[in-house]
Amino acid sequence: MSELRTEELTINMGPQHPSTHGVLRLVLTLNGEIVTDVKPVLGYLHRCFEKHCEAMTYPQVVPYTDRMDYLNSMNNELAYVLAAEKLLGIQVPERVEYIRVIMCELQRIASHLVAIGTYGNDAGAFTPFLYCFMDREKVLELFEMVCGARLLYNYIWVGGLSHDITPEFVTKTKEFIKYFRPRIKQINNLLSYNKIFIERTAGIGVLPQDVAVNAGVSGPTLRGSGVKFDLRKDDKYSIYDRFDFDVCVGWGERGVVGDCWNRYIVRAYEMEQSLRIIEQAIDNIPEGDVQSAVPKRVKPVVGESYVRTESPKGELAYYIISDGSLNPYRIKARSPSFCNLSVINQISRGHMIADVVMILGSFDIVLGCIDR
Amino acid sequence: MGNILTQWLGDNLLTYILIPVPVLVWVLVFALYAVLGERKVSAWMQNRIGPNRTDKFGLLQTILDVVKLIQKELIIPNRADRLYFRIAPYIVFTATFMGYAILPFSSVYIGVDLNLGLFYFFAITSLSVIGVLMAGWASNNKYSLFGGMRTVAQIVSYEIPTALSALVVVMLAGTLSMQKFAEIQSGGILNWYIFGGPGSVIKIVLIPIMVVSAVILFISTLAETNRTPFDLTEADSELVAGVHIEYSGMMFAMFFLAEYAQMFAVSGVVTTLFLGGWQSPFGDLVPFLNTPVFQVFWFLAKSLFLVFVMMWLRWTLPRVRIDQLMTMCWKFLIPITLVNLFLVGLYIILT
Repeated sequence: MSELRTEELTINMGPQHPSTHGVLRLVLTLNGEIVTDVKPVLGYLHRCFEKHCEAMTYPQVVPYTDRMDYLNSMNNELAYVLAAEKLLGIQVPERVEYIRVIMCELQRIASHLVAIGTYGNDAGAFTPFLYCFMDREKVLELFEMVCGARLLYNYIWVGGLSHDITPEFVTKTKEFIKYFRPRIKQINNLLSYNKIFIERTAGIGVLPQDVAVNAGVSGPTLRGSGVKFDLRKDDKYSIYDRFDFDVCVGWGERGVVGDCWNRYIVRAYEMEQSLRIIEQAIDNIPEGDVQSAVPKRVKPVVGESYVRTESPKGELAYYIISDGSLNPYRIKARSPSFCNLSVINQISRGHMIADVVMILGSFDIVLGCIDR
Repeated sequence: MGNILTQWLGDNLLTYILIPVPVLVWVLVFALYAVLGERKVSAWMQNRIGPNRTDKFGLLQTILDVVKLIQKELIIPNRADRLYFRIAPYIVFTATFMGYAILPFSSVYIGVDLNLGLFYFFAITSLSVIGVLMAGWASNNKYSLFGGMRTVAQIVSYEIPTALSALVVVMLAGTLSMQKFAEIQSGGILNWYIFGGPGSVIKIVLIPIMVVSAVILFISTLAETNRTPFDLTEADSELVAGVHIEYSGMMFAMFFLAEYAQMFAVSGVVTTLFLGGWQSPFGDLVPFLNTPVFQVFWFLAKSLFLVFVMMWLRWTLPRVRIDQLMTMCWKFLIPITLVNLFLVGLYIILT
């Protein structure tokens, strides 16, 4: 009997697809349900961020950084502002540093909540998605209380903050910490340790340590592979060295180290660590004026600066070149999602279509950050 | 014939035209309110309110949705196979609705009391696969095709555990007629087949077997109706909407209607086989509750409870992958049902 003639099928997943987390397009080559090749096609959300910044003054760039990784605006701002301050040689008041750390950690929780929720949604469980968004809403309310905005804040300024926090914010944040601790457990019970969810994610898309390191993967995606690398500990920017927290790595409780489940669970446990940092910071905020160090006119000397920070997605860095004028000569953003996405082809070959969705979701990419 | 309409109107053509009408009305009303019910159930599970803008509690929501769908243009993709594309939704719905013919709503109302009722049900409802495959193929869309192929693999595989676990009851009851199944389980909740059916105390040994069979039958019917966690046909995170992608307007609504109609139909079959059909759980203690009108109530109540369980599962569990679905069917469900079948056979021989 002669064999049936078969041929490979090429399908476009995206740019309009519910689980590509934005306008990413994946060109999948399929042999039946098995994926033989994945080619990400980027650029659908390209907004010329880097070129645009060259026409802006330094403080004007901050709102643009908000729009890079829009689930993670505070951390974007912090990275850019730290780079700009390094260029200017500004030392910000202690109060500003503490508030920045609190805001960034709250934002990290919000970002991880979206990652976990949408990941559940990718797996077909819709309910955890809404539970996560409910909690995220509480974080956004805190932000709204401080700066009036819920998504794109323009809160962290070069040399300071746009608004000081109120005593009410402090009490509300403490309430949130108390409320959110048990919720992490609840989410773990509902989704993380669900049998079907583990079946879907454990052992899927294993990212070996060496591949991860060579490809420049960072953040929870790297830590899921068991590499203990967190810039908050390893680079100690801002005042992170004053706080006591653990770096979570995937340890293979389910599946194998480096698979989707371990990448996922790192996020679930990192939220707990963020709460710890906020707890330590919220009681020790010194008094001071948050705008005392804000320069009237931001005009750095000729030079360049590079600051890398740990955003919820991974290593977010800004490289600024100044030619001594009011506008930056060049700004380059090193986006974590972009580097993390680069390994998708290597680790999804041989898996099924449904697994590609899970692998992509486990990177927690944001297209605003990839395309810029 | 076991149908009250035949007694009233005589055995003529008009009667046979009228018999399906109440069922059809029920299916339409059920589908309308099951969609609303599903949205409400999901809303409660997710700390939301759910539809509440149209009339009280959103009671008009689905009706208005259907009105919207009717107004929509029926878009047929350029290179689609027009004939198959158009008839597919109707085949799916017709196949599903034909299954209702043997659902015993009450001791005096059943479409037709075939002596091969259960067999007919499994045969006729599997025909909907052809409609789904047709839709998947004719859409000329790769995602639709994937959805169609998956459905075929899934439904054909799950036919086996469904039939085998139903066979356990067939062996005990010694019949295939749906009306007989319900009649045998008279005399209260303990005589339902999930508790071993009618018989002496020795039937206690049957209880674990029957519970397992009932659960397997329920799981398999979930897979056959393409509900989460087995909704791989639609799998919105992978295949966007599977076979539904290219459908719009009323053709899409037909698929939707068929899905909900099938949910109720399979729940009705599980109810009849394992939960006593239209029998009152109180048996002869309260004879009043076993009159034909109340029988309809019991049948609907039990079936709707199962429908609720389906919704409950849908909003709690993630989706399984296609190979895991197949593994579960061939490596777990079928062997377990075969063992069940063997044990029940042993029981019948020994008693």
